[in-house]
Amino acid sequence: MKNLIVLLLLLTLSFGVAASEGIELQEADIDLSDNASLQRGAQHFVTYCLGCHSAKHIRYLRIALDLGVDQKKMLKDIAPEGASIYDQLHSAMNKHDAEKWFGTQPPDLSLIARSRGADWLYTYLKSYYIEPNSPRGVNNLVFEDTAMPNPLWQLQGEQHAESRKTIWGEYTKLVIEEPGTLSEREFDHFVNDLVNFLVYVGEPVQLERERIGKYVIFFLIMFLVIAYLLKKEYWKDVH
Amino acid sequence: MKPTRLTECGNWVLERFPVTKFWNDHMAHYYAPKNFNFWYFFGSLALLVLVNQILTGILLTMNYKPDAKLAFDSVEYIMRDVPWGWLVRYMHSTGASAFFIVIYLHMFRGIMYGSFKHPRELIWIFGMLIFLALMAEAFMGYLLPWGQMSYWGAQVIISLFSAIPVIGDDLSLWIRGDYVIADATLNRFFAFHVIAVPLVLLMLVFMHLVALHEVGSNNPDGIEIKESKDPWGHPVDGIPFHPYYTVKDIVGVAVFLLFFATVIFYMPEMGGYFLEHANFIPADPMKTPEHIAPVWYFTPFYSILRAIPDKFAGVIAMGSSIVVLFLLPWLDRCKVKSIRYRGGIFKKALFLFVISFLALGYLGTQPVTPVATTLARLFTTIYFGFFLLMPIYTRWEKTKPVPRSLTKVHSLEEQLHTLEEQLPALIQEITELKPVVTEIGHPAFKSSFFSRRPNPEGMLNVIRRLAKKAKGSLD
Repeated sequence: MKNLIVLLLLLTLSFGVAASEGIELQEADIDLSDNASLQRGAQHFVTYCLGCHSAKHIRYLRIALDLGVDQKKMLKDIAPEGASIYDQLHSAMNKHDAEKWFGTQPPDLSLIARSRGADWLYTYLKSYYIEPNSPRGVNNLVFEDTAMPNPLWQLQGEQHAESRKTIWGEYTKLVIEEPGTLSEREFDHFVNDLVNFLVYVGEPVQLERERIGKYVIFFLIMFLVIAYLLKKEYWKDVH
Repeated sequence: MKPTRLTECGNWVLERFPVTKFWNDHMAHYYAPKNFNFWYFFGSLALLVLVNQILTGILLTMNYKPDAKLAFDSVEYIMRDVPWGWLVRYMHSTGASAFFIVIYLHMFRGIMYGSFKHPRELIWIFGMLIFLALMAEAFMGYLLPWGQMSYWGAQVIISLFSAIPVIGDDLSLWIRGDYVIADATLNRFFAFHVIAVPLVLLMLVFMHLVALHEVGSNNPDGIEIKESKDPWGHPVDGIPFHPYYTVKDIVGVAVFLLFFATVIFYMPEMGGYFLEHANFIPADPMKTPEHIAPVWYFTPFYSILRAIPDKFAGVIAMGSSIVVLFLLPWLDRCKVKSIRYRGGIFKKALFLFVISFLALGYLGTQPVTPVATTLARLFTTIYFGFFLLMPIYTRWEKTKPVPRSLTKVHSLEEQLHTLEEQLPALIQEITELKPVVTEIGHPAFKSSFFSRRPNPEGMLNVIRRLAKKAKGSLD
């Protein structure tokens, strides 16, 4: 046990060595007031992610209320067959099966946007490439040896990694070899909607808190002015 | 006027409980120096943040579950399903960081103006104990969300105890209650965080204030206001705490709350410094995060720990970096308190200390690289140099003369003198010079001379002026 703890400490003291090499992240266009984008994202999430990943900290009802979707429409168009409006976004996949198939349980995605960041997710979902020798046949530029196979390959098509040299050094570029059902532009929008939705799920109250914040700040400024005038009045005879 | 029933009830209490005496002793008749500046807001602000932490903390415990299986989810439950839970949680998490910002500035004020020196050594000691309790409180509180950083941060820090020879392993096992951080650890940390340490904190804050009000506040000029008093026994440089500093501190509170609200409503994670990104992943004992960094307020001390190659020596160095602060009243040999009248060498040393503290703080958030380690060692040396060399460089400091008081005091003689000067002018005003023409016998002997007569208009002016002054003094 002692050795383990020393090892842990050594690991933590020498961190950074194992840190993932930085690749430049592409910027996701996050707009939480864009309800249409969020609704599309919710649809994409249920279709492409919910099979394996849950988002157990949010309910269909919350999404319906926040994105301005009618509850019946929510159940019909977005939620999977048989879900109740009060249900959380649970995945149908069995935990033991997941361990068997992927070697690990797919993480819950409720907070993934808060731990990874929108840009990381956006770039990650776009950075799969074919690697014939790897166990899954694909790899990812952002998250090397990721356990997740590319869920969006039919849409994006198949990418290959090409090494390019410039005066600033070498870098890897991904080139689409076999186009998918979406064009490159359409796919970017698709991923962006999905990431936008994940950012919303990470903290559903975001827009609300920014809205309330304005009133609080306004009140505090008024309060400050009055407090300052009061102080000035009291202090005018202190020299 | 006949007392109403309500005032009778009030009087019934006041005759039996010394509210009035307490209020007068500590607020209305407590004299504070009149020259407090910006740096003197942070004491009252620390009290405000403490109250904020206790109130929001009580609300959080109503929905939080101190159980390794439920803790993480219960925090998210508070963030999403509890009405206004997100606000309470952000007020608590932002409050923790705000507490340290306020306390660090409060401590820096003390070092800068020599508030730890005679006769305020004990205030400083109590303050340092508060700082220590606060660090324990923050460290234990940080485990409760049961995220990856909570878990691994606690794992790293508690395993430090195992570096102590002989008893180390048993000690860290005893603290954790398990071989790794686990449910037992979470439960006891919860108990310490919500009741044990807060009680100690409140007790220490009480003692800090009692000690302060016994000897009185220091001030930016570092003079003792009790040494020059007016004929009524009040310090000439003092003003009653209430209403002067109560209204002034309200302004400070307003400015503070503006910053506080901006963070809560617009940047609650503060770019990963107030709420670390990795802490949004549930604790996983099987997966070490690639970069473990404590929350920003511990990073200067964490940097010192990492700068020392040997683990046990590192722990000792980290502990000493806090212990030296306790010794400050005896390390500083300079009699002059305020930096305003101290020598250049102290100013330079303090500047270097601030730079090294900030640099250590920054380095503590960064991964270890050879360059970073070298820098951390350099700044650790400066950090300790500031304290340990203090007895040498402060003893022969070239100080400037300290004024005895801030207000010019007029002696009785001076007051008489001014009266003497003003008297002729006053007489001039209330009388008027009038030519008097008298005839003595024959008109040819008409002679004229001047004489003073009371002047009603001038008198009225003087009375009007006096009345205005009297009214002003009543205001």
